[in-house]
Amino acid sequence: MKIHEYQAKTVLAAYGIPVPRGEVASTAHDVRAIAERLGGRVVVKAQIHAGGRGKGGGVKLAGSPAEAERVGAQILGMTLVTPQTGPEGRLVRKVLVEEAQDVARELYVSVTVDRQRERAVMIASEAGGVDIEEVAAQNPEKIRQEWIDPLLGLRPFQARRLAYALHLTQEQQSQAVRLMQELYRTFLENDCALAEVNPLIVTRQGQLLALDAKLELDDNGLFRHPELQKLRDPDEENPFEVEASKYHLNYIKLDGNVGCIVNGAGLAMATMDIIKLAGAEPANFLDVGGGASAEMVENAFRILLMDPKVSAVFINIFGGILRCDVFAQGVVHAVTQVDVQLPIVVRMEGTNVETGRELLRQSGLNFMVASDMQDAAEKLVAALHSSGEGRT
Amino acid sequence: MSILVDERTRLLVQGITGREGSFHTEQAIAYGTKVVAGVVPGQGGRTHLGVPVFDTVEQAVRDTEANASVIYVPARFATDAILEAIDAALPLIICITEGIPVTDMVLIKRSLEGKPSRLIGPNCPGVISPGKCKIGIMPGHIHLPGHVGVISRSGTLTYELVWQLTQLGIGQSTCVGIGGDPIIGTSFIDGLRLFEADPETHAIAMIGEIGGTAEEQAAAFVQAHLTKPVVGYIAGQTAPPGRRMGHAGAIISGGQGTAATKMAAMQAAGIQVCRSPADLGRAVAAVIDSGAAKGGER
Repeated sequence: MKIHEYQAKTVLAAYGIPVPRGEVASTAHDVRAIAERLGGRVVVKAQIHAGGRGKGGGVKLAGSPAEAERVGAQILGMTLVTPQTGPEGRLVRKVLVEEAQDVARELYVSVTVDRQRERAVMIASEAGGVDIEEVAAQNPEKIRQEWIDPLLGLRPFQARRLAYALHLTQEQQSQAVRLMQELYRTFLENDCALAEVNPLIVTRQGQLLALDAKLELDDNGLFRHPELQKLRDPDEENPFEVEASKYHLNYIKLDGNVGCIVNGAGLAMATMDIIKLAGAEPANFLDVGGGASAEMVENAFRILLMDPKVSAVFINIFGGILRCDVFAQGVVHAVTQVDVQLPIVVRMEGTNVETGRELLRQSGLNFMVASDMQDAAEKLVAALHSSGEGRT
Repeated sequence: MSILVDERTRLLVQGITGREGSFHTEQAIAYGTKVVAGVVPGQGGRTHLGVPVFDTVEQAVRDTEANASVIYVPARFATDAILEAIDAALPLIICITEGIPVTDMVLIKRSLEGKPSRLIGPNCPGVISPGKCKIGIMPGHIHLPGHVGVISRSGTLTYELVWQLTQLGIGQSTCVGIGGDPIIGTSFIDGLRLFEADPETHAIAMIGEIGGTAEEQAAAFVQAHLTKPVVGYIAGQTAPPGRRMGHAGAIISGGQGTAATKMAAMQAAGIQVCRSPADLGRAVAAVIDSGAAKGGER
């Protein structure tokens, strides 16, 4: 789960990591009031769940409260397009208003899990303020990493090695060591997938400060953190996905026109692949789970039909412990309940598959029953062509 | 033969009285798996499905000589269940549970260092050696005893492949679901090494998916160490970057973990890569018919 910068900074501040003074606002009027409280010179930063905000005009400096109000009015309500939002952009509903800083140096520090080494890794770099993947590609020598033994934690000597690589003064070094240890604690105690400070600045006064911060939370760890669950912002998510999550459906919106209902994540991805290979485009990823109850399928249809782009539906079920005849009854019930008018290709395999297919054929509904995945994909493409929704 | 589980496996079920635990224990017993113990804290002394229940894994192992454990407990208790099984030195621990936090898996992997236990999963369907032993949530009847080793990060997609094989009359030696999480107990490489050493496994089918670099590492291992033919598929060729596709580990991030990279690495290593999941069974049949070991061409 992603959270906003202002929320991440609140978490970091609670661990004693220095962040700029600031407050969040949703109206230009409030932006002005906050700027007045902060002494006039502020930065107004769009709060969306995507990086590269500065490039899209979502971060602006203001020299006075009046200018802050003007800038706030520009940013609030704008559709911000950044390299990470996609061309459709994101509506800005909130801004973070912060005391402007005099930046002497921009550094980078983060903690994430290294899948290959199966350890948390802290990454530090002198080249802050830019995408760390760019630095890794172009100046790998500017990146220093320390892998953390979970039984030992981030040891001071490791933090020192990272701090030395940042070429700091003696005083800043001890600040950096403390900050890194607290950042690791933040990462661990909040079940983060990523805790990133970029840039970590050295101010002209010589202080280290987390000028920008990003926390991504491990969804699997959220059960331990009811307080963090509250930070979820549905406005930042696709409305279909928000709806699907209410029914505990694992759904991801894509751009194509073939709606998919599948049991199992791997099979769902494979189904998308086969649709594409046949010359069509999947409209979504959707895993109804190994069990795939009638209720799940009914809800899945409701979600798919919310998407006006969907012009055919591909149901791909492997019935193992779930019997195909039971599933077929569920599908017939769901299609009747939801009144689906689109062509539906059903491909079922596994236990009691013959009875299941027969139930679909005899239902009098608009099913095309496929014999295998390949056949299903071909039937789909044919159905799309005949309805004038050919190749995309 | 087979790998990991067979007729000598004596299974202990952690969470045997729960809904999932009960259902799949019944299925396992019906398949012929020797279920010797259950563990549920606070329920020691009772019998469930004809199986004695113990309070602790330690006691269950002492009394029943269990040599494998399967874990069905909910995510919030699963980390502790795995650590308890490691502490009891069980040789094989299979965790079906989905939703274990990744930092817990870091800790679990650290705890496994220097220990005799092997962990399979979490977030996996389990392991089956057809006709001998079934541990996990896979439907037993779709399998057929034989000589193809199957290893996969997925559940139903694995059943799909197994069914294709069975319908072609091609049996399986052992099918291992290694799980869909970013950090897992047993890797592709571990499984491939076991299959290579198993005389009854003649060919291997490997199903990967987007996210991480496990398939690339496995490809390098295949090239360097395997003599048996390998057929492969990567799910998620059409998945968008930055989105988690159901499995916690199935995400393309920072340009890493794409299907294209994995498929290229596997092809370069001499693995027969299928673009379509519908072709997997036939591709396995083809490598068996040609009798061509991977090294045969060199």
